[in-house]
Amino acid sequence: MTTAMTTANETAVAKYKNNFLKEVEATVEEGHWVKMCMQCGVCAGSCPFGPHWEHSPQKIFMMIRAGKREEVLKSDSMWMCTSCYSCMVRCPRQLPITHIMHGLANYAYRLGLSPRGQPNQAIAKLFWDSALKYGRVNELKFSLAMYFRDGFVQGVKNALAMQGVGLGLVKAGRLNPLEIISGHTCKDTSGIHKMIAKAREIEDRRRGLA
Amino acid sequence: MTKKQYAFYPGCSSQKGASAANYITSFGVICDKLDIQLNEIPDWNCCAASIGYAEGGELPRIVMGARNLALSDQHLPGQDIVSGCPACWLANREATERLQHSSSLMAEANEALKEVSLNLRTDFNTKSRHFTEVLIEDIGYAGMKAPVIKPLDGVKIAGYVGCQANRPYGIAGESFENPQYLDKMIETVGAEAVPYDQKVTCCGGALAFSEPEKAQALIRNIVESAYDHGADLIVTPCPLCQANVEIYQSEINKKQGTKFNMPVVYYTQLLNVAYGGSIKESGLDGQLIRAEKLEKIAGK
Ligand code: SF4
Ligand code: SF4
Ligand code: SF4
Ligand code: SF4
Repeated sequence: MTTAMTTANETAVAKYKNNFLKEVEATVEEGHWVKMCMQCGVCAGSCPFGPHWEHSPQKIFMMIRAGKREEVLKSDSMWMCTSCYSCMVRCPRQLPITHIMHGLANYAYRLGLSPRGQPNQAIAKLFWDSALKYGRVNELKFSLAMYFRDGFVQGVKNALAMQGVGLGLVKAGRLNPLEIISGHTCKDTSGIHKMIAKAREIEDRRRGLA
Repeated sequence: MTKKQYAFYPGCSSQKGASAANYITSFGVICDKLDIQLNEIPDWNCCAASIGYAEGGELPRIVMGARNLALSDQHLPGQDIVSGCPACWLANREATERLQHSSSLMAEANEALKEVSLNLRTDFNTKSRHFTEVLIEDIGYAGMKAPVIKPLDGVKIAGYVGCQANRPYGIAGESFENPQYLDKMIETVGAEAVPYDQKVTCCGGALAFSEPEKAQALIRNIVESAYDHGADLIVTPCPLCQANVEIYQSEINKKQGTKFNMPVVYYTQLLNVAYGGSIKESGLDGQLIRAEKLEKIAGK
């Protein structure tokens, strides 16, 4: 991790001392809702990947209140959210759980604490980079990037394993191989880059990450 | 009759040559028959859906949405913003609500929008809607039935609603646990909606790529239950569900020795065939697993 990120983490630690709940409220998207959780466990039982997570939303919210900062920010659980919104529509306290989980993931990532090499994190980054670069997601480049994210040899293996699928989609006119040269793009990509850089600058300033 | 006008946000997956290209194709006949005109928002950008959160964060994500909203408001003022993709619908609607809810977020978004010489008026509150809402609320089931010339008699269909075409916003105020709209649409075109216990199960969404085993376990249940209830095909309102549930069947067969071959089509393709659309017009030539029952009716 870069020094800048370490510094952001140290700054946050110094600023919020041992009050992790306060830190979450100030820096995490929809974080001010966490204190409303009444630990009923409905969210934990609603989650499609629930059995694969170490920490359900219920546990994460409890850990935040207990000040378990490292454990929460280093957890890979937030990265297992499929955005299915089951928890959110069932929560008796109406916490925007999905968004809080995303917000926690983002905050941990920005501090450099999130688990490295976590596959969904890699995907999320590739997706965002792909969306930003051209303004729209180019599915072929996105899938190629996915195949090769573990290195060339593994990439070729992955691509071969999924070859039937890819070819089928090409034949069905739903994956355009020509896109690798010229794909779907917005006209104003340079404007979009500047707009997002600006948005990030504003948000980092607000969250004390600048 | 004058056509109903909507601002249209296609989303990345519904562009030409993208995975839901056949979905968009199938809109044509429907819009024609039901006097709907979809006006594409000029130079729209990716809505940054939910998976944009990790790298994107809150404001950049919302600003991606705000640019689309501002473009729509400028070029297609007063027209509801319609999308066929639940993830896009959700992103547009969420951006609108969040910006409406917080004047400081609105101010920050507008500061970023200056970089693209756009501005979102602070009282912007145009509705973002999913295409099914247009059909159900503006056209109505009776209206949807009127142009049917080839009822889909004898076709048994499992209506797979999935997540985001249901949660968190819901369609037509229906329950999250057992929404009825897709079944009603199936019956509107003369087909039979079979009982289906995986109706609102998550397919793994964008995690199908990164957590293939876990997602494929969910997809296996979704397909198996359709077979168990005697369905000839699955119908869905979501491009990502469609892709996941159709594409991975061959993977599951390879790994687990199943013999899945269950077609997965869009609700729009059902309407299309029932309205007399050809195989091509209905986008049925874009299926990996061909929907033979529908092709037979469309070919008649
Ligand atoms: S459902 Fe809501 S209140 Fe219950 S544990 Fe989960 S977040 Fe807390
Ligand atoms: S939205 Fe995320 S956290 Fe909530 S139930 Fe779905 S996968 Fe689990
Ligand atoms: S987020 Fe997904 S669905 Fe929405 S526009 Fe981008 S790629 Fe398309
Ligand atoms: S693609 Fe899957 S995860 Fe996404 S909304 Fe549809 S069912 Fe849910």
